[in-house]
Amino acid sequence: MIEKVINDFSVTIATVNGSGSQTANVTLLRALFKMGIPISGKNLFPSNIQGLPTWYTIRVSKDGFIARRDEQELVVTLNPSSFAQDLASVQPGGAFYYADDIKLPIARNDISIYPMPVKQMARAANVSPALRDYIANMVYVGILAQMLGIELETIQQALSFHFKGKAQAIDSNFGTIKAAADWAAQNLQKTDPYSVARMDATSDLIMADGNTAAALGAIYGGVQFAAWYPITPASTVAESLNSFLPQLRKTKDGKQTYAVLQAEDELAAIGMAIGAGWGGLRSMTSTSGPGISLMAEYAGLAYLSEVPVVIWDVQRIGPSTGLPTRTAQGDLTEAYYLSQGDKQNVVLLPGSVKECFEFGWKALDLAEQLQTPIFVLSDLDLGMNQWMTKPFEYPTAPLERGKVLWEQDLEKLNGIWSRYKDSDGDGIPFRTVPGNKHPASAWFARGTGHDENARYSEDATTWESNMARLKKKYDTARTLVPEPIIEVEEGATIGIIAYGSTEPAVEEARALLKQAGNLKTAFLRLRAFPCTNEVQDFIKKYNPIYIVEANRDGQMRQILSAVMPELASKFRSACHSDGLPLTANWVKESILKQEKNQ
Amino acid sequence: MTTPTPSQLNKAGLSKNDYRGQPSTLCQGCGHNSIANQIVTTCYELDIVPEKVIKLSGIGCSSKSPAYFLNRSFGFNSLHGRMSSLATGALFADTSIRAIGISGDGDTASIGMGGFKHMVRRNVPIVYIVENNGVYGLTKGQFSATAEVGLNLKHQGINQYMPVDICMEALASNATFVARSFAGDAKQVKELLKAAFSHHGVAVLDIISPCVTFNNEGEAAHSYTWGKDHEAPLHEISFIPAMDEIEIQGEFAEGSVREVCMHDGSTIRLKKLEKDYDPTSRANAFQILESAQLNDWLVTGLLYIDESKPTLTETFNLVDTPLNRLVDADLRPERETIDKINAMMF
Repeated sequence: MIEKVINDFSVTIATVNGSGSQTANVTLLRALFKMGIPISGKNLFPSNIQGLPTWYTIRVSKDGFIARRDEQELVVTLNPSSFAQDLASVQPGGAFYYADDIKLPIARNDISIYPMPVKQMARAANVSPALRDYIANMVYVGILAQMLGIELETIQQALSFHFKGKAQAIDSNFGTIKAAADWAAQNLQKTDPYSVARMDATSDLIMADGNTAAALGAIYGGVQFAAWYPITPASTVAESLNSFLPQLRKTKDGKQTYAVLQAEDELAAIGMAIGAGWGGLRSMTSTSGPGISLMAEYAGLAYLSEVPVVIWDVQRIGPSTGLPTRTAQGDLTEAYYLSQGDKQNVVLLPGSVKECFEFGWKALDLAEQLQTPIFVLSDLDLGMNQWMTKPFEYPTAPLERGKVLWEQDLEKLNGIWSRYKDSDGDGIPFRTVPGNKHPASAWFARGTGHDENARYSEDATTWESNMARLKKKYDTARTLVPEPIIEVEEGATIGIIAYGSTEPAVEEARALLKQAGNLKTAFLRLRAFPCTNEVQDFIKKYNPIYIVEANRDGQMRQILSAVMPELASKFRSACHSDGLPLTANWVKESILKQEKNQ
Repeated sequence: MTTPTPSQLNKAGLSKNDYRGQPSTLCQGCGHNSIANQIVTTCYELDIVPEKVIKLSGIGCSSKSPAYFLNRSFGFNSLHGRMSSLATGALFADTSIRAIGISGDGDTASIGMGGFKHMVRRNVPIVYIVENNGVYGLTKGQFSATAEVGLNLKHQGINQYMPVDICMEALASNATFVARSFAGDAKQVKELLKAAFSHHGVAVLDIISPCVTFNNEGEAAHSYTWGKDHEAPLHEISFIPAMDEIEIQGEFAEGSVREVCMHDGSTIRLKKLEKDYDPTSRANAFQILESAQLNDWLVTGLLYIDESKPTLTETFNLVDTPLNRLVDADLRPERETIDKINAMMF
């Protein structure tokens, strides 16, 4: 008798893209979550509407480790074209579930093999032929439920959520799940050790994706204008604005305090957002790497003319079109240096769904406080997958509207003010916005050289002093952006720096490193550029510093090396980019290998 | 500066000086300067409060000119070909603001064509002027997309490609106001500008504005000489503001005058010249532009007008207070909503 493994495995489901398996997969994920078990789910999908192979991988972890794993104990396949690959991917001792209409050789005797009568049961279901493919996916939900011990009641809760309480859809899907579970009970003999059991580790959590969180955060941040152009994986940011704004931000008489506009391209999306920002609106756009490339020129204009705007970049892997449905952290240097000439941009790096919400409102505050573009770098993994997260928290502080002068302010000043003067010594000037009726309110925005009064100027000294002030403003940003999160294990000498969606992999890798060689680590999760003082202090304290990131070139290392060249010799890259979320094992191995080589 | 006498003040209590800009840095005799002057006069005569206007532009000689009028208006000299999107976003800030956009043929018909056409199809409420001279001035004399076939420019050779007709492009994109004029015809420019300021939606004015430095040779299709010789006005246009009582000036023969009522109550009066022309028909507009191209005419006047379409911002059902004057309480949902939102998640 093999020892049972409870709540500690990965299961991957292979289907055909466009066959409706996403509903089944998310139902499984949510049911497990409702059983109180820590989970993560990652959709590894192709850039395709219908027909190509697609996978969904769920990790079940009693210890709360939710990074993706390469190792799959359980594999389910409904797809003949990926069948051989799927079969080969099962860990020895694991189990392979397959649709029994696929007649392909199964030459493995180190795993359990479970055929599933998918077609037969789909046909038996009382649904129209058009829905048969969709219902077929519910067969593996039922069979896995029976074989793993997933409570049918939690499955019903998940279905009810998905179908928004529509009884007919819930009942027909649940009927098939129940029938499949019964079939498995009668026909399959469980020979593998993997199963689940109820825990109490998720009751204070919700499930959401980062893009929805970003949109909600922006709404609580008072977003008034958003322009966007469709692009995977960012589209659902704007689409979520469209679905939640009417619920949250209409007046009693049904009027809008906001406008969302789908632009003709990203050049226009950012142009519109900057127009609105200049007009005094809390304004944003959302895109991915290719869109950021198109936005480069306008971002520079906003930097020099000092217009507030928030730019969400839900990163996918590049360069060029790259792999449009795969994740990466490859736009860091692009965003940081975006546009021609001297500049560094303010970049926020949310590391969780909850932070996507928080930075959703904070970014709008920072944009108006600093009168500059604020980039927020999420990624496909964070943005599009469902994550367990702490509930969203109502913003802790009132809206920050920055230094805006209205009619009464100008009256007090007798109309004497200068648009680009550093009157407070923080590099941030005052501004007025169109609609201000004071005769001295107007100024002329431009991307060309200008003096303190916004007049065109090609004077050398004027140019240089304005650029020096913008640099000073960036130093002020250092005091306003989110500080890093630091976790130190006692006795640690090694430092790790990471950011964004790699946090779960790094957290788990730290535990693995401790197990493997008693390597104690200190971890800094960077949440913004410019770096706050804590970052430098951390780097000074530890040696070496491993910088973990999901890109080829070690972009964070490049920037940190440029920012603090005197400390750069401490940096070692642990970077890797294949389109998939980093695994803890890879992070651990990368660090161990470099430790041994020293 | 001497204090203006009350008779020099308009109904906004402002003198013409209040509408002026910085001294122009464009070439002496540039058509753009004459257009800037007409903008000053138009806004003064229409009693427009300059603080209620935003002036926007792209990049190029034409795009420099917003600095040369309406010093008391907010301005934004943006990117090459990208003013259309800037205007689209800015107009949501306060819908009581009027916008005037100054572009050129390179800015609109080459680099900015996509944005231009989308601004037009959305009926963004803006007076959009293309100062069209068929040539790139700031970069010293390259062909633009509106240059005619056969144009011979120093260092450039002979243009081989068919020109873009900006009015045709605007019409094709369902523009609600399309006019063509000639910078040398100051009176018509002014009357068209007035009508454009009253228009409900996007008003595209393609104004042939000769470049005296790079493209003003005798028979070039954007030269003063050619314009003067080939101008074929569709009508004699005059604009009567909403507040003015319409006086009949002189006797008009039956059917010799057409009047277009504007959304804001003002009237455009079109006096028939050789032929009657109905500017409320798109088909007429296409046809006359086609004939103009075939016959080498510089057809000027109001080509098309439709006052009935909603503007972009009207389609949004916005609150009455300008969005940029909303405060925290309007913008942040109330605290108790957060629990509902969390409950909506799984």
